[in-house]
Amino acid sequence: MSEEVNFLLNGQPVTITGAAPTRTFLDWLREDQRLTGTKEGCNEGDCGACTVVVSDVSHTRAMNACILFLPQLHGKSVRTVEGIAGDNTLHPVQEEMVEKHGSQCGFCTPGIVASLAAAHANGRRDFDDILAGNLCRCTGYAPIVRAAEAAADTFPPLWLESDRTALQSLIVQKTTSQGGLGDRQDEKKTTPFRPDNSDALAEWYSANPHATLIAGATDVGLWVTKQLRDLSPVAFLAGCDDLKTIEETPEGLRLGAMVNWTDAIPAIAPVHPRFGELIRRFSSVQVRNAATVGGNIANGSPIGDGPPALIALGAILHLRNGAERRDIALEDFFLDYGKQDRAPGEFVEAVTIPRQPDRLRCYKLSKRFDQDISAVCGCLSITIENGTVTAARIAYGGMAGIPKRAAHVEAALIGQPWTEASVQKAMVEYAKDFTPLTDMRASAGYRLQTAANMLLRYFHEDQGTPANVLEVRP
Amino acid sequence: MSVAKPLPHDAAPLHVTGQARYVDDIPVPADCLHLAFGLSDIACGRISSIDLSAVRAAPGVVAVIAGTDLAEIPDCSPSNHDEPLLSDGAIHFLGQPVFLVAATSHLAARKAARLARITYDETSPILTIEAALAANARFEDGPRIYEKGDIDQALTRAAHVIEGQIEMGGQEHFYLEGQAALALPQEGGDMVIHSSSQHPTEIQHKVAHALHRPMNAVRVEVRRMGGGFGGKESQGNHLAIACALVADQTGRPAKMRYDRDDDFMITGKRHDFRIDYRAGVDAEGRLTGVDFTQYTRCGWAMDLSLPVADRAMLHADNAYHLPAARITSHRLRTNTQSATAYRGFGGPQGVLGIERVMDHIAELLGKDPLQIRRLNYYADMGAKPGARPDEAVEKTGAGSAHKISSGTGKAKRFGGTHSPEPMEIGQQTTPYHMPITDFLLNGLTDRLASQCNYAARRAAIADWNASQPILKKGIALTPVKFGISFTLTHLNQAGALVHVYQDGSIHMNHGGTEMGQGLFQKVAQVAADRFGVDLEHVKITATDTAKVPNTSATAASSGTDLNGMAVKDACDTIRTRIAEFLAAEHQADVAKIRFADNHVHVGDQAIPFADAAARAYLGRVSLSATGFYKTPDIEWDRIKGRGRPFFYFAQGAACSEVVIDTLTGENRILRTDILHDAGSSLNPALDIGQIEGGFVQGAGWLTTEELVWDDKGHLRTHAPSTYKIPACSDRPDIFNVALWDAPNPAKTIYRSKAVGEPPFMHGISVFSALAHAVSACGPNYPDLQAPATAEAVLAAIGRARG
Repeated sequence: MSEEVNFLLNGQPVTITGAAPTRTFLDWLREDQRLTGTKEGCNEGDCGACTVVVSDVSHTRAMNACILFLPQLHGKSVRTVEGIAGDNTLHPVQEEMVEKHGSQCGFCTPGIVASLAAAHANGRRDFDDILAGNLCRCTGYAPIVRAAEAAADTFPPLWLESDRTALQSLIVQKTTSQGGLGDRQDEKKTTPFRPDNSDALAEWYSANPHATLIAGATDVGLWVTKQLRDLSPVAFLAGCDDLKTIEETPEGLRLGAMVNWTDAIPAIAPVHPRFGELIRRFSSVQVRNAATVGGNIANGSPIGDGPPALIALGAILHLRNGAERRDIALEDFFLDYGKQDRAPGEFVEAVTIPRQPDRLRCYKLSKRFDQDISAVCGCLSITIENGTVTAARIAYGGMAGIPKRAAHVEAALIGQPWTEASVQKAMVEYAKDFTPLTDMRASAGYRLQTAANMLLRYFHEDQGTPANVLEVRP
Repeated sequence: MSVAKPLPHDAAPLHVTGQARYVDDIPVPADCLHLAFGLSDIACGRISSIDLSAVRAAPGVVAVIAGTDLAEIPDCSPSNHDEPLLSDGAIHFLGQPVFLVAATSHLAARKAARLARITYDETSPILTIEAALAANARFEDGPRIYEKGDIDQALTRAAHVIEGQIEMGGQEHFYLEGQAALALPQEGGDMVIHSSSQHPTEIQHKVAHALHRPMNAVRVEVRRMGGGFGGKESQGNHLAIACALVADQTGRPAKMRYDRDDDFMITGKRHDFRIDYRAGVDAEGRLTGVDFTQYTRCGWAMDLSLPVADRAMLHADNAYHLPAARITSHRLRTNTQSATAYRGFGGPQGVLGIERVMDHIAELLGKDPLQIRRLNYYADMGAKPGARPDEAVEKTGAGSAHKISSGTGKAKRFGGTHSPEPMEIGQQTTPYHMPITDFLLNGLTDRLASQCNYAARRAAIADWNASQPILKKGIALTPVKFGISFTLTHLNQAGALVHVYQDGSIHMNHGGTEMGQGLFQKVAQVAADRFGVDLEHVKITATDTAKVPNTSATAASSGTDLNGMAVKDACDTIRTRIAEFLAAEHQADVAKIRFADNHVHVGDQAIPFADAAARAYLGRVSLSATGFYKTPDIEWDRIKGRGRPFFYFAQGAACSEVVIDTLTGENRILRTDILHDAGSSLNPALDIGQIEGGFVQGAGWLTTEELVWDDKGHLRTHAPSTYKIPACSDRPDIFNVALWDAPNPAKTIYRSKAVGEPPFMHGISVFSALAHAVSACGPNYPDLQAPATAEAVLAAIGRARG
């Protein structure tokens, strides 16, 4: 483990030593490198104005620089808007953004160009999803999508390949320092712990149980940029490749804690397509490229979208403390608001989704469809045999201080005929299971009513009745 | 001709490569200080103690200033001298700046600002319309009232009277670039300010006032903003003044930019409104009169609330002829952020009031709302030939509009027999007694309805709704007629400064600011056209108070109308000088000299423009000129509510189709078709960009964008994580936008029309379509309220079902 952070910036090797571990990449770019093309719009990963293109040897991905800490870039290649064009030619998405009038005020444009360049490199054309994390207040998006479509069939720029080649040597070679130190007198300099496997992490974390573990930093990033907290000591888990595995085990699908949500989709969607669709609406491309399965569980949020689906699927959580490991049902991990069944020094190693016939449907209710935190997230898996409900696992986010199962509702369904009358009867039980809050996202009454209506929607969809506005085409 | 071409935004190549510079991107000297405000965390009361020692001791802090440290607290108000930069001890809203930190970095300043220990004597804040009315907390001595005809009699004699109430939320601008300013101290106490502002002259004025210096000691430069939407008309004053104050005191450059959350907490937003209405209609649905009462929460300070509320009153008729009307407007003072300008400036709120009335009448009579709308429209210009005195009609009026519409088939009328009788144009006046002479929405609406197949789709939706138990669809076609001019008449002026250098290159400057709307490009197109040269010969330069003084805000959609004319005036002055010089030199008739194709054509000779400029220079001809323009034919008495506040009206219509989920209220736009009147467009691509973007922003206002204050006056939606502007997938699946390409009868720059604000109101078609979908859920009037969040839609479904 070294203190140095080595990466490629617009094709040039950069070495940073002694930077404050929680200095954001955005601040470093703008303040130390004077690369001001990348913009700060919200400083919390919600607007995408700071999007940059981050590649490793196998992937090219859009990420939010405002909640990306420098050590997370170790061993990667980064392209900012200044480095997306070729030597004398604009990148095709830049060219089409000009031609198709995709910029007005221009402030979101660098981030949009970065998102589209990453999508272009990956041959993606689902532009509504690609741009879900890039807010534009001027254009209404139509000309941006026109630009993206016009650029889609063109060749990618040469730097994609040359960066990958250079990355190979970056990892083994020592590079000369070209970057600033990134130091600021107002930021504490402490050396972060950067383990390259989970054994090293387990040992260190046992000895430093009050440390902050940083996986994708999409939540922890805001502790720094918004709450202005000092997180030291910190450990960056980005090097723990053994926590990034996805495997079929005898028990089911096992997802390592450091698997990000982008990589989780192709593993989950084939078995549970509705969960896959939920993940698609889970934040944005940039955030899913950073945010991890483990982080979404371990932060204990009552409004994370992963846990309700995982609980409805009966997921098992694998915890590790030093050399000791234990498995618990995921639902038992969440004890109370802000309180989990996790001992000091213990961390989430993986989660397993048991193999089962797919009966899962996920309903995410938020003010905006994309990149929004759920007011209610209902995940229901109901098994019907010969017209009778034989099993039900129904879990909700946003309805209590923790992700929580609807035990009374489940009980009211099991053993009953699968009819609208049974469903209506069970809907009354929601008030026994949940006493939701009123906040800026929704009122308590609305939460309770819609949570119950999600059961009705499940029934209707099961009967083949259209009940999803996202599936209606003009 | 460089005008009328769909050229890209002049800065687009800079935007896409990250080279376009915004205030925070300007390189600053190493000793630059960075500022942050410390904010109050109560909404109403007085500071009882303030301890800033921990702030002063924080790393990197260079200076800390509290309001009480200042002999005189600078004022930031654009109107009423009621906005001290820092609290004078009184707290008026949660988020009010109390003290100012200057530190060596932005982060250091933000961190230090949180270390204050302040205690308060808290009093109960006034947060709601009801509370403000009860306390008689208001601006002006009482409500403003505009009246036309005898409204009481009109209501008494009407066949039906409907009554109702609609609440509509405010709106955060969410310019992607937050507020920012940079002050660079100069010799002799002068100050240079870079500001993300729509109103450089106001920044100059307020900074000069704060520093006790004349305006000539302060120079303000604005190259571009990362979005404005009205939110940078007055809200940048605080940052510029704070920077100037610190720079003046320390002699060091000072920069301030709000963190996004601070921007939400400190700055004003769109005014939220409640509009109560009583409307009389005849048996067919024709209005006999409407009595509106508009209530708006202005927040704690006056800012621009009076003209905003005036404009809401001035748009209470929208496209409809009200034989009798009374519009009463209460401008209420509340302990919240001081509401400010936002695209439409009260107009959208006024328009939504009457559009709600139209939907309500249709519901009452069981008719298609479009039929009710058409029945109540003003008559189109030219409906009575000769009724219009303006000679411009003959030249450029309805004739060409009809030419463009040819080939689209006969416009379809709805309910045929219900179409209104052509009205005597002389009879039709607004509720503020202005004759309507340039109305064109009958023809435009018919064409849009035909092109988007409104009638057939409405019928198909009825069938669909009858067969679907969970999902319901709705469709609505709504118009907008928006008055163009500042209602404060003296603001309708503009200046320009144009130089032609001896190599023929042109330097253009005017008082308008660029916030993304493409103003600079449109005006450059005008300049290039006047000299007959290609656009690349015209250099667009930053707005600068030292080049063009005494400018108005780039607001009220006026940018191109005013500055385009001022630049034309300056160009024509130089052009005339060159022409006269060449005419004398060539013994030619000056009237026959033409500027075209990068040449000056003198008789048989075509002199390259650069050569002409060089020769004029050698001939000692001045190649620099100022230009000036003031809008003609406007006069307005805002107290009496009488006059001609607007030079003309920009118009258009939109048709939106939506689908709702009756289990959750979730909803989305399936299709939108817009036909919009931009006159003879100076740049159709930029104009369509304004229409598409304006529509989506307007739809956001009425759907997902919800500002939530708690009962302590704390704004709980203060970041994009909780305040949801439209994302990419929220735009309509099918989105057709076309221009109604007819010259403006009013003599505007190349007969174009202003396009910044009017399309915002096309978003109302989405709200009306949602109301239509909700009404399909049950027999009762659903009374949908705005914003129509999923929760609001579900509540309305509940009311419809009863």
